[in-house]
Amino acid sequence: MSDELQRLADSIRAAAAARSPLRIRGGGTKDFYGQALAGDLLDTRGYAGIVDYDPTELYATVRAGTPLAALEAALGERGQMLAFEPPRFAPGGTVGGAVASGLAGPRRQAAGGVRDFVLGVRMLDGRGDDLFFGGQVMKNVAGYDVSRLMAGAMGTLGLILEVTLKVLPRPAAEATLRLEMPEDRALETLNRWGGKPLPVSASAWSGGELTVRLSGAAAAVRAARGKLGGEAMDADAAARFWEGIRDHRDPFFAGDEPPWRISVPSTAAALPLPGDQMIEWGGALRWLRTQADARLVRDAASKAGGHATLFRGGDKSVGVFHPLAAAVARLHRNLKAELDPAGILNRGRMYADF
Amino acid sequence: MNVRMNDTAFLRKAEVVARLRERLPRESVLFEEEDLRPWECDGLSAYRMVPGVVALPAGEEEARHVLRVAHALEVPVVARGAGTGLSGGAYPIADGVLLSLAKMKRILSVDPAARTARVQPGVRNLAISEAAAPYGLYYAPDPSSQIACTIGGNVAENAGGVHCLKYGLTVNNVLRVRGLTVEGEVVELGAEALDAPGYDLLALVTGSEGMLAVVTEVTVKLVPKPETARVVMASFDDLGRAGEAVAAVIAAGIIPAGLEMMDRPATRAVEEFVHAGYDLEAAAILLCESDGTPEEVEEEIGRMTDVLTRAGATAIRVSESEAERQRFWSGRKAAFPAVGRISPDYYCMDGTIPRKRLGEVLAFIGAMEKKYGLRCPNVSPAGDGNLHPLILFDGNDPDELRRTEQFASEVLQKCIEVGGTITGEHGVGIEKINEMCVQFSPEELETFRRVKRAFDPKGLLNPGKNIPTLHRCAEFGRMHVKRGALPHPELPRF
Repeated sequence: MSDELQRLADSIRAAAAARSPLRIRGGGTKDFYGQALAGDLLDTRGYAGIVDYDPTELYATVRAGTPLAALEAALGERGQMLAFEPPRFAPGGTVGGAVASGLAGPRRQAAGGVRDFVLGVRMLDGRGDDLFFGGQVMKNVAGYDVSRLMAGAMGTLGLILEVTLKVLPRPAAEATLRLEMPEDRALETLNRWGGKPLPVSASAWSGGELTVRLSGAAAAVRAARGKLGGEAMDADAAARFWEGIRDHRDPFFAGDEPPWRISVPSTAAALPLPGDQMIEWGGALRWLRTQADARLVRDAASKAGGHATLFRGGDKSVGVFHPLAAAVARLHRNLKAELDPAGILNRGRMYADF
Repeated sequence: MNVRMNDTAFLRKAEVVARLRERLPRESVLFEEEDLRPWECDGLSAYRMVPGVVALPAGEEEARHVLRVAHALEVPVVARGAGTGLSGGAYPIADGVLLSLAKMKRILSVDPAARTARVQPGVRNLAISEAAAPYGLYYAPDPSSQIACTIGGNVAENAGGVHCLKYGLTVNNVLRVRGLTVEGEVVELGAEALDAPGYDLLALVTGSEGMLAVVTEVTVKLVPKPETARVVMASFDDLGRAGEAVAAVIAAGIIPAGLEMMDRPATRAVEEFVHAGYDLEAAAILLCESDGTPEEVEEEIGRMTDVLTRAGATAIRVSESEAERQRFWSGRKAAFPAVGRISPDYYCMDGTIPRKRLGEVLAFIGAMEKKYGLRCPNVSPAGDGNLHPLILFDGNDPDELRRTEQFASEVLQKCIEVGGTITGEHGVGIEKINEMCVQFSPEELETFRRVKRAFDPKGLLNPGKNIPTLHRCAEFGRMHVKRGALPHPELPRF
């Protein structure tokens, strides 16, 4: 066991014995996300490095403290990528943080989310036990899928030490198109395209403008451009645009109104809420900038069959994450109590009561 | 019913039956020996047990009643779909309730705009794609039993199929599961949106072999049917070279829609049966499929052909029509029945290995054939590293059965050794429960038990499957030794 791993395990054991909360943190680029930050800092950045990467196996096993940018650069050198396009928000984010937050970027609609690319984890639970789940192979149904459970658990069930992520080849060709259309038509259009074998890999609508990205074989992208119409964007400008959407540097995210992240079925009608909206993921993700009451936002999200997260800023006392149904909340508390019996790991980061 | 007053188990069964009948019609609660017999096994037919009672709820309310009764009386419950599973996941319990979801087989809705279908758990996998076909959509995971297996069972086992590499497993294609906890409480996991708040309990329940919850409704993702598909069939004169060719395809940045390998014993076994035109002199053949728009497929087939040629293929054929494509695949799909013709019994394994170790593992299997004096053709979804070696044996010969089991266990342990897993898609069930002790450490197994307790503190849902007890591992003897830790230091040794 490396010294750094030993230090992390010892910290957890000591904290568990003292029932003293720990705040797991990588680059701290997502400190804004989630409920309260409580406890002594446990920095994962000392446990870094790519453990195993073989492009022909389509996976990379990486230590949690590895900078996300370093991993993506290493994959890029071999013509591969993290297809869930994890957001960076600020420089210095780590792979562990990207997985624990469970946040995916624009390519989510076509490629899948973080959990779809998690093949295995090595983790420390709330007792400090060093555990491996899943593995490096795509098909693996031995035991419960604890590794996928760690994606998006915000570090509340364990500290991710290493994660094996499925990687994919970068698309041979990409093109970004821009079309003028109102919200209703954009929603209808995106869902119609979604039902056809078109290589749409990202979409963003705001202020009457729909931007779509096509990715795939050169022939497929060329053919789809002809079918979709619109105006093609210069490749560099397109890359900057999608990074801006991914990392929230797009002008839409500037300003004082807190951004709500509303996840709904892609076919949900335009949400009748005050404030500006940006629609991503073929209609399945709606960003809303608003000072409106949390209840109003959550009611609209629930009615549409989804949920709303107070993504950044605002009054966190309303609950950052959508309230859970009673039976589901009970399963959450039970899992937390089983895997982190002292309740020390990122306590209250996701929901105030665990 | 003849009540034998001295038989407490019998009285208990009578009570279970009476309580179930409070809400379920008479014909939906089976308890007579002759009615129970057909339920004694699933696809792993070497293991048989007549269940205590079979309950056949017609809907969620009835299923809920079954769970409430079982929970109140502390009777174990084994949920079952079509019973096609190959690992004994639905193997019954003698004094338990077998909860068949076969009557809940309605397709509740197909939403072509949202590209989703909402179905009951007893709907067959293929029936979903058939219902979606008029909209140019289909449900991607296609386990080979897809004409019979149900979506509820697919969720329980996280079923795969031949197109996983490109389209994913059940866990990647299910958006939402509505289910019942062991107490009979309704839970919604996942959502018709792309994510749900809180922990990813949908991923956790998928593949949990009916041990965490009972599925009563599933929303699946549908995907547009590719406009066209073609397959390259490449021959290799060496197994190792065929394995390297698989890696070369992936290294070239190609994600085939399907990529399968059949070795010579397998092609010879099936050719007579399907007349697919396989190269019977080749040590192995690869089937490599491309799907998409005609332009895309044309381009990709060209690249695949190039890579396979450079990887040393001795012959290459590309399907020129849909009929030919189907014919090339026919041997793969008919492999099991074909093998059934050449051997009284066969045992199908399901390990997964890193692709780069394929040649090594196939050579190991070859050595095991000699060691145990049993034949073992291989049909493998090589693209995703999954292996389905078929050990041929005669079940009437007890020694052949014993050798088969040892053969299989050695191969599974080899899979773990090369960094793979004991089960890629068939599940652990009761079949591979001993090998779980080799793959996982005592602490990891304890974590699984903790997860189980979080959902089912009394251990009533499908007990005895998937996760071995501490004592079972101690008895099995072959222990997980990883990172130099001594297994089970808490147990006495002799």
